[in-house]
Amino acid sequence: MMSKEILSISSPRLKLEILSDEDVQRLHTATLDVIANTGVRFPSKRALRIWEEHSAQVDHATQIVKAPGELIEAALRKAPPTYSLAARLPEQDLPLDGDHVYVGTDGCGVEIIDLDTGVRRTSRLSDVVEIARVADALPEIAFHWVPLSAQDRPPHTRGLHELLAIWNNSTKHAQTESIYSASEATLAVEMASAIAGGKEALRQRPLLSLMQCTAPPLGQDGGSLEAALIGAEAGLPVGFMTMTASLTTAPATLAGNLVVSNAEVISALALIQLAYPGAPVFYAAAQTASDLRSGAYTGGGPEDFLFGAATNRLADFYQVPLSMGSFATGAKEPNWQAGLENSLSTFMACISMSDMLLGVGLLHGSRIWSYEQMLLDCEIFSIIHKMMAGIQVNDETIALEAIHAVGPGGNFLTQKHTRRHMRELWLPRYLDRRPYNAWEEQKDDGRDWARAKARLLRAEHQPVALDPRLEKELKQMIRTLEV
Amino acid sequence: MSAELFAAMTRSILDGEAEDAADLARQALAQGLDPLAAINQGYVPGIQQVGQEFSCGDAFLPELVMAGEAMKAAIAVLEPEMARQGVERSLEGRVVIGTVHGDIHDIGKTLVGTLLAAHGFEVHDLGVDVEVTRFVETARAVNADIVGLSALLTTTMVVQRDVIEALEDAGLRPGVKVMVGGAPVTRQWAAEIGAEGYSEDAAGAVQVARQLMAAAQGAG
Repeated sequence: MMSKEILSISSPRLKLEILSDEDVQRLHTATLDVIANTGVRFPSKRALRIWEEHSAQVDHATQIVKAPGELIEAALRKAPPTYSLAARLPEQDLPLDGDHVYVGTDGCGVEIIDLDTGVRRTSRLSDVVEIARVADALPEIAFHWVPLSAQDRPPHTRGLHELLAIWNNSTKHAQTESIYSASEATLAVEMASAIAGGKEALRQRPLLSLMQCTAPPLGQDGGSLEAALIGAEAGLPVGFMTMTASLTTAPATLAGNLVVSNAEVISALALIQLAYPGAPVFYAAAQTASDLRSGAYTGGGPEDFLFGAATNRLADFYQVPLSMGSFATGAKEPNWQAGLENSLSTFMACISMSDMLLGVGLLHGSRIWSYEQMLLDCEIFSIIHKMMAGIQVNDETIALEAIHAVGPGGNFLTQKHTRRHMRELWLPRYLDRRPYNAWEEQKDDGRDWARAKARLLRAEHQPVALDPRLEKELKQMIRTLEV
Repeated sequence: MSAELFAAMTRSILDGEAEDAADLARQALAQGLDPLAAINQGYVPGIQQVGQEFSCGDAFLPELVMAGEAMKAAIAVLEPEMARQGVERSLEGRVVIGTVHGDIHDIGKTLVGTLLAAHGFEVHDLGVDVEVTRFVETARAVNADIVGLSALLTTTMVVQRDVIEALEDAGLRPGVKVMVGGAPVTRQWAAEIGAEGYSEDAAGAVQVARQLMAAAQGAG
């Protein structure tokens, strides 16, 4: 049951030309125009001071910063193009080198379809524990987000309880998207240092990375900015995710949406570089289009799929890793819509080699956790993983010898060539290839098998826990914020 | 003459042209037309038609919002004259709305406010990151029927409960009804904190607000 293996896509043979070099340059120029002339809101005194120190134009009343293009470009050039996300188990480190696609769990939902009862209910800390344990056992999952909000813990320390739950139940890298205050970020850094063996060790091997959300259109969140600055100071990789939605928080046109989202992300990344030059940062995005009728977040649709492929072109242009929203289905349960949306969004994000994909397991636009969906999403990734390897053409794969040997009317089952290569063919776990009669007797499907597998992993997988003394110490640290 | 003007007013709402709607309102005042007649016979038929088209899926959200903005622009022109004459348009109800303290998410709350205003509610939008006490003070000052609370973070939705408790402490409950919304908010959460109204989207929020008003009038 112990699986330390991590499945990632590398050396892809599939390519897609979604934006030309000229397109990317035009989007970049338009983005700089927006940052310089209309500006981006940075509602944090600390952030505004940093911008002022670098001669950007700061309006303290509106908290809007207008920064010249040269300042943004020079700052972004200081960002390291590659680095690694460290895991408690070094063999599970994740090099963000532009040649790997890794998948994480989605976050941060508020409800769960209970694995035992099948009934939807409010999420709690024990769910974070159990999901981390199951994710630890799955090779498709390379790192964790906080999948669900621990709503049975106080709001101001909830993010820390969630992190501890993940660290204590999995050796894989933890990326949190649910710490949005300076006080929580400071303590998260201290906790990560304690696990890594000191501040310098943490800087060398960041066991934690921070993902913050922007506030579209053209805004940032103050607490998130300050949390990110604290993370960057400690050497933790920090990223900013934009979720611009065409129609509501972005123009109806996709190119216009990319300009708004790009302005939010690169202005935030530039701020981090101005404060801590060379700090590891990443681009993060999950742009979408609001539903024309309700204005709702859609979580899937052709626009989302195009954004999934286009955004890595921008991240590559700035030479920073990308964390891309995919598997973000709006479906209410693991059904055809979930399969369709999650397959296409993930394929499009993979074909442009987005470094990190977020993430498996949530339904209804990242609100409701489903273990079934988690495992079905892993299956989708394993299909795409196989597709991205493409078709190798060489003497061995062309198989002339075997073809001559079999000739017209024979079969390839007994060929040595077949035995050498048959295990390269993909095998499903949750697709139904049984005879019709076999299905008719059971009337079950991939959902049922995924649920059974999740129950098995939850019951049997034993992750490498933290040293109990260390765990106690970390709990004590959280308590200092609770008294 | 006025029939033509009323038709143009209706058109301005259907087209979502705020400037046209305001210009026509100024023309009506210059001609000495009754501002209430302008609203009820000129603009309201427009907003009703857009609302109907929206309900059956023929009109889209931007059209509904633009119609709402045009309606607002026209009423802003007519209001001073109505005040001078001492007349009031019939209101569906008074609503105080805002995103709770610690949360800066704006769009959902603004959308709900616009649609409520377009459908005849008087809306006091307090903006985002609104302190608990401001909801209470404004609700008291404007004699609100409904307080609408938005939250998009799991960590800030708990503030919705704080506002309800503060309204209770101030003795404003249960006269003032509370509606809650935002991505992490669920019907169960609304029930748990004692909010009477919950809707997943902006169009639904208008229905909920109307139901709350009808229930309150039924009870009163």
